[in-house]
Amino acid sequence: MPENLKGLVGPEQQFKNYLSEGKFMIQRCKSLDKFFFHPRVAFPGTGERDLEWVEASGIGTVHSTTCNRRLPEKGGDFNLSLITLDEGPRMMARVEGTEPDKVQIGQKVKARISILNGEPAVIFDILQG
Amino acid sequence: MNQNDINNLKGKTAVVGLAESGCGMASGWSAMEIMANSVHDALDDAGIKLNEVDGVFAATAFHSMAAMSLSEYLGLKPKFADGSQIGGSSFLSHILTAALALDAGLINVAVVAYGSNQKSIGGFKTISEAMPYEAQYEPRMPVTAYALAAKRYMHEFGASREDLANVAVSARDWALLNPRAYTYDKGPLTVEDVLSARPIVDPLGKLDCCLVTDGGAAVIMTRSDRAKDTKNTPIYLLGAAMEHHHRMVSEMPDLVRTSAIDSSQRAFKMSSYKATDMDTIQLYDAFTINTLLFLEDLGFCKKGEAIELVKNNNIGPSGSLKVNTNGGGLSCVHPGMYGLFVTLEAIRQLRNSAGDNVGERSGGGWIDNAKLSVAHGNGGVLSSQVTNVWGVSETL
Repeated sequence: MPENLKGLVGPEQQFKNYLSEGKFMIQRCKSLDKFFFHPRVAFPGTGERDLEWVEASGIGTVHSTTCNRRLPEKGGDFNLSLITLDEGPRMMARVEGTEPDKVQIGQKVKARISILNGEPAVIFDILQG
Repeated sequence: MNQNDINNLKGKTAVVGLAESGCGMASGWSAMEIMANSVHDALDDAGIKLNEVDGVFAATAFHSMAAMSLSEYLGLKPKFADGSQIGGSSFLSHILTAALALDAGLINVAVVAYGSNQKSIGGFKTISEAMPYEAQYEPRMPVTAYALAAKRYMHEFGASREDLANVAVSARDWALLNPRAYTYDKGPLTVEDVLSARPIVDPLGKLDCCLVTDGGAAVIMTRSDRAKDTKNTPIYLLGAAMEHHHRMVSEMPDLVRTSAIDSSQRAFKMSSYKATDMDTIQLYDAFTINTLLFLEDLGFCKKGEAIELVKNNNIGPSGSLKVNTNGGGLSCVHPGMYGLFVTLEAIRQLRNSAGDNVGERSGGGWIDNAKLSVAHGNGGVLSSQVTNVWGVSETL
């Protein structure tokens, strides 16, 4: 990496830029052949820096899930879950398209990019069947 | 020397004074004033003069440089200070650092302190920054993180909300014996009370969550040679260790296994005692799920078996395990960061048993013949875990 970092953006901004372009991208370490999330400048724990961006399959599994209670006038209850992506990493996200307290651990979900509080965000829907 | 045979801190330092101040509601007092009162009261308890303090350790949600602000307020010029902020367990790590600095001869008298007026100025106070990759989804931190762990625990081990509620019921039963507890006169809880309380973040309701109070606390530490000459029964630090594996709950490697497994193993090893030797067990119970996880992670039972262990009020006053005997964060006090209060209770039980007057309790509130206590601190979102093992002189 050039010392002055000029002309480049960090992985956090790059992730957001991809989302703005409608792409859910995650990082992969080439030498380890492993994916990771959240985005970083090097592979966590061992520090490999041969990284590439890969479009996520978007398919994942609900690892845990909660219904956050909120007054109706403030937007009402909403789901908040941890999703294990098929590529391996886990991330926080919301599962929508069902009642916020009806999401089940183990359900398969699929990502889409939506707008949350004015910014693009990865949101998951339950895969039927 | 490698990590497996570190025991050179065992018994090298002791707590010789302690105090709390402003617990509950302390309208009209600032966080600093509450913290400083705790320090002066703890020094009075120890019989040590303020100008002998040369080590200052503090963290709060009100001061970005708490150790420096506290030193200035007290009028001290410390030779060593540490304001490390790893959440509610900070103080148990400060105790470890203080022990190192005392043992190395860098300092002679250390104070570890905390103060908060969060309740009287409007509620839970944090200076935590928004978490990247999480904040956008608006988790209600820290409750959401603990709810995610609780939900996963229920899924993996077949636990119910009743199993979580048992923890809150026992905590309240202890508080009913402790006049210092915020809920001392609020009557007992039933499992039904806990289940029907206002839902916050499923599966946690209001009574699965800790209190929101004001309060401060302080402990005074010296080397063990000096501790023998102070007016109270010195309580020795037998073991201390810390570990953390994540900051954000989405990065937690395993939602039902905390790094308390690692911190407690090393702390107990340093102490040469094991979990089942402990006469009192003080666990950082910010939420009901904490007590279940930490009973398992500290080695009181296998993973998933805390569900059975907490049934029939077995961790209450009449039970076989003396857990959170002050009433815990759930029913005694929780001024935002609770770590010093597990420490106070661990030490008070031992001092009371040794004959010191550390306050009144109703029958069963003080544990007879208590010689060993474990104090376990948690910080962040099940993130930082710090274990301290305390004992009276005959346990050295």
